[in-house]
Amino acid sequence: MAARDQHGVGPPWPAGFDVVGQPGRKVDGLAKATGTAIYADDIVLPGMLHVKFLRSPKAHARIRSIDTSKAEALDGVRAVLVGSELPIRYGVIPWTPDENALAVDKVRFIGDEVAAVAALDEDTANAAVKLIEVEYEDLHAFLDPHDALERGEPQIHESSPDKPEKRSRGNISKHVELSFGEVDASFDQADEVIEGEYFFHGSTHTAIEPHCAVARYDADGLLTLWSSTQITHYVQRALASVLELPQARIRVIQPCLGGAFGGKSDPFALEFVVAKLAMKTGRPVKCLWTREEVFYAHRGRHPMHMHYRTGAMKNGRLTAVDARILIDGGAYSSFGLVTTYYSGQLLTGPYDFPSYRFDSTRVFTNKPPCGPKRGHGSVQPRFAFEVQLDQMAEHLDLDPIEIRRVNFQGEDTHTVNGQRVTSNGFMSCLDAVESASDWKARRGKLPRGHGLGVAGSMYISGTNYPVYPNKLPQAGIQLKVDRSGLVTVFTGGNDIGQGSNTVCQMIVAEELGMDPGDVRVVMADTDLCPVDLGAYSSRVTFMVGNATIDACRKLRHQIVDAVAVAWEVDAARVVMGGGSVRDTEDGSRLISVQEAFHLAEERHDTLGATGSYNTPELGGDYRGGTIGASPAYSFTAHVVEAHVNEETGRITVDNCWIAHDCGRAINPMLVAGQIEGSAYMGIAEALMEDHDVNRFGLHAGPSLLDYRIPTSIDTPELHALIIESLDPEGPYGAKEAGEGPLHPSIPAISNAVFDAVGIRLTHLPMTPASVLAALADRPTNGKASV
Amino acid sequence: MQTMRVLHLRVNGDRRDIAAPDHWTLLEVLRYSLGLTGSKQGCDKGDCGACTVLVDGQPVLSCITLAALSEGREITTIEGLMPAHVAAGGQGADPVQEAFDRCGALQCGFCQPGMMLSARALLNENPSPSPCEIKDALAGNLCRCTGYTQIVQAVELVVAEAAGTEPASPAWAPGENPWKKAPAKKGGDA
Repeated sequence: MAARDQHGVGPPWPAGFDVVGQPGRKVDGLAKATGTAIYADDIVLPGMLHVKFLRSPKAHARIRSIDTSKAEALDGVRAVLVGSELPIRYGVIPWTPDENALAVDKVRFIGDEVAAVAALDEDTANAAVKLIEVEYEDLHAFLDPHDALERGEPQIHESSPDKPEKRSRGNISKHVELSFGEVDASFDQADEVIEGEYFFHGSTHTAIEPHCAVARYDADGLLTLWSSTQITHYVQRALASVLELPQARIRVIQPCLGGAFGGKSDPFALEFVVAKLAMKTGRPVKCLWTREEVFYAHRGRHPMHMHYRTGAMKNGRLTAVDARILIDGGAYSSFGLVTTYYSGQLLTGPYDFPSYRFDSTRVFTNKPPCGPKRGHGSVQPRFAFEVQLDQMAEHLDLDPIEIRRVNFQGEDTHTVNGQRVTSNGFMSCLDAVESASDWKARRGKLPRGHGLGVAGSMYISGTNYPVYPNKLPQAGIQLKVDRSGLVTVFTGGNDIGQGSNTVCQMIVAEELGMDPGDVRVVMADTDLCPVDLGAYSSRVTFMVGNATIDACRKLRHQIVDAVAVAWEVDAARVVMGGGSVRDTEDGSRLISVQEAFHLAEERHDTLGATGSYNTPELGGDYRGGTIGASPAYSFTAHVVEAHVNEETGRITVDNCWIAHDCGRAINPMLVAGQIEGSAYMGIAEALMEDHDVNRFGLHAGPSLLDYRIPTSIDTPELHALIIESLDPEGPYGAKEAGEGPLHPSIPAISNAVFDAVGIRLTHLPMTPASVLAALADRPTNGKASV
Repeated sequence: MQTMRVLHLRVNGDRRDIAAPDHWTLLEVLRYSLGLTGSKQGCDKGDCGACTVLVDGQPVLSCITLAALSEGREITTIEGLMPAHVAAGGQGADPVQEAFDRCGALQCGFCQPGMMLSARALLNENPSPSPCEIKDALAGNLCRCTGYTQIVQAVELVVAEAAGTEPASPAWAPGENPWKKAPAKKGGDA
């Protein structure tokens, strides 16, 4: 690791933190509150056309012909686009480019994009879409992942002459099998072995803003795309490839973003289509997907069929864990290569596994493609394992919190699969939820139907594996200093509502001793901002934060130097803070930051600085060993209080205590918002949500009424408890908060239900029907599984 | 050809005469004819509440309300709250908007114009709602970011400050209550 990437956990100035650690307002809060913030669909350009898509009504079919002539003839239609005009395939992972913006020869799920129309308004475009005639030849539709695993033909993604090896893979998207330590021997040594099947269903993001993109193609050959993406840089790369334009001729801008949760990480069909149609028509083009289209575009949580076996000694110490996982990928690869690795690689903390084996297979099916949803790839195994760990505690007659303490891996250690763990506040997380929930006095002692459950987890703070291999920095920052006293931060990082721009602003204010109001942030514009790899893998606070500190310290060095020269004192005596620059040994010497900027500009010319961050070399020494390697890990423990109505089978979560180790909480209010939002989302998918298709491959209910996300009334009391184990490499010791705290919500509910009524819910979602079935099967001793 | 109709609306206190297609919703007129893009379209079928505006003071889903039905009505969008507050002698944004910002209730912010208007309508009718009444009044507005916790806290903060009482301290701040005193706005007095 470059020395520049480590800045220490302490404050930049001797007086202590001034801005960091405060629950400051967000840099864009009032703009959002007053309705002036501009989101993609708020952009209107002169002469703009509107696009609508024709989507496949078939789950799996070959396209025999497409006739667009009637659509083209409709009054008000300006262009119709079909797949053959965008033949180059793309995919967010460079090894698996298997998507076309519009279907070229076949369709792979109901909702797959087939053609697009640009017209004067949406009504005309919709009318024209209905006039496009497509002849299909039906193929066997794979709706069950077991079917896709067993039957290699017909292939959803066919082999081609240049890739004949695909033939032998049938409908397998990715297979990973890794083993660490003496797994079989460790099982033999175990006093107790628990084995079981678990199922995690599909769920989706449902950001309240539907996907939207606007494109303009200028006469000088410059393409500008405004898109509701959480990864501007990858969209720019994908556009360059598919449209065969130089990357330097493409500008991608992320306007204000109305939620993402992983659902806006892939390059999407609408981005290529509006760009191509802008080129084809010479006019600006917009596409706003309907809510129904967003459900079909999906990229959400993969359904996983999981078999787990865990061995432990009588004292609860684990000896071995063995997992076999079948992952239902849907129609395309998306991030699936990474998902398959993550399903195994991210389970190896906060508990020490002496030995571990996993065998994960992702298959293609004819359903909306799955991808990354908050807690990518690791939420499902975490559910299975944390329930199984609870079963182990039950069999060994141990307290569920104690069995988690007994297996704590410690800090400054390595996991069984070779991942480096630095700071680790998991024990403090357990202590916090145990105390806040009054666990010792209440667990196992609540009235009939009421119970407490615990679960823990670990998650990455960014990954050292960039989506495309390169040695360039993962995060870059540029600072511009104005003579007015204003500093502008340019970041390629994507603020998607999580508050990353506010983190930048607070760090600059802290480092330069400024009022946060004198710092502005320009973000996610590929023409203006240095490259950043975007908002995914919980990487932004860690990486953008470190890059911001790096840039500030270079700038600060120039400013302090110039002031010291002007005052003819040693630079060590010059400190910045509270909007001024002063001499620590002579109180009469005090100037404003603005005056200091002027002195520095006189001495060093126009002021500005860049900063960057890159990860150290990390990961296990084996194929795939870098996937899941992170410069720091966050840790979480939940206690959930639930009650079960034994008449109706309905589970209600009353309280959820979430203790999350995020390292330094740069802004505790924003951290709490991430913790609460994560726990809410986990509880929602455990109890209410189900993203599934029917026996024809048709979505079961693609609306926000049928796909039930919780309202304010459905959401339990969420108690966010912040644990700060300062990480040696994080910015001031900070780690992540946006994804980790989702994981334990789901198993903690299942474990609370066991405490309440003695049934083990191992298959999600936990519906009243599944609860009633388990209650009916409950043996007289009060234990059962479903 | 589309049939057009001339509508006479009062939007945020302004008299606006607009020709719009007969089938347009109030949301379409607000966003497309008047450029008031603060009202958001999240589902276009009345499920999410992001398009909520006030019609004669009552929260209404503008995406499933025909614009023609708003003829002669008083419409308040998110853009109207601050000017109304200033016109009434207040400073800056409406206390609801201020409290949402202070409490961190605005993450992506997309659902919040509708959410804040629902909160404003509640407080106009009941200046001291209980937490249950707050949750009930906001149940038609879906938020996917916050888990509603900081939203409910923001409305409670408005209630507490109007009553001159101390708002409850959140779980994440075991020390000093962060909302005891209004923090200075960013940029000092500007």
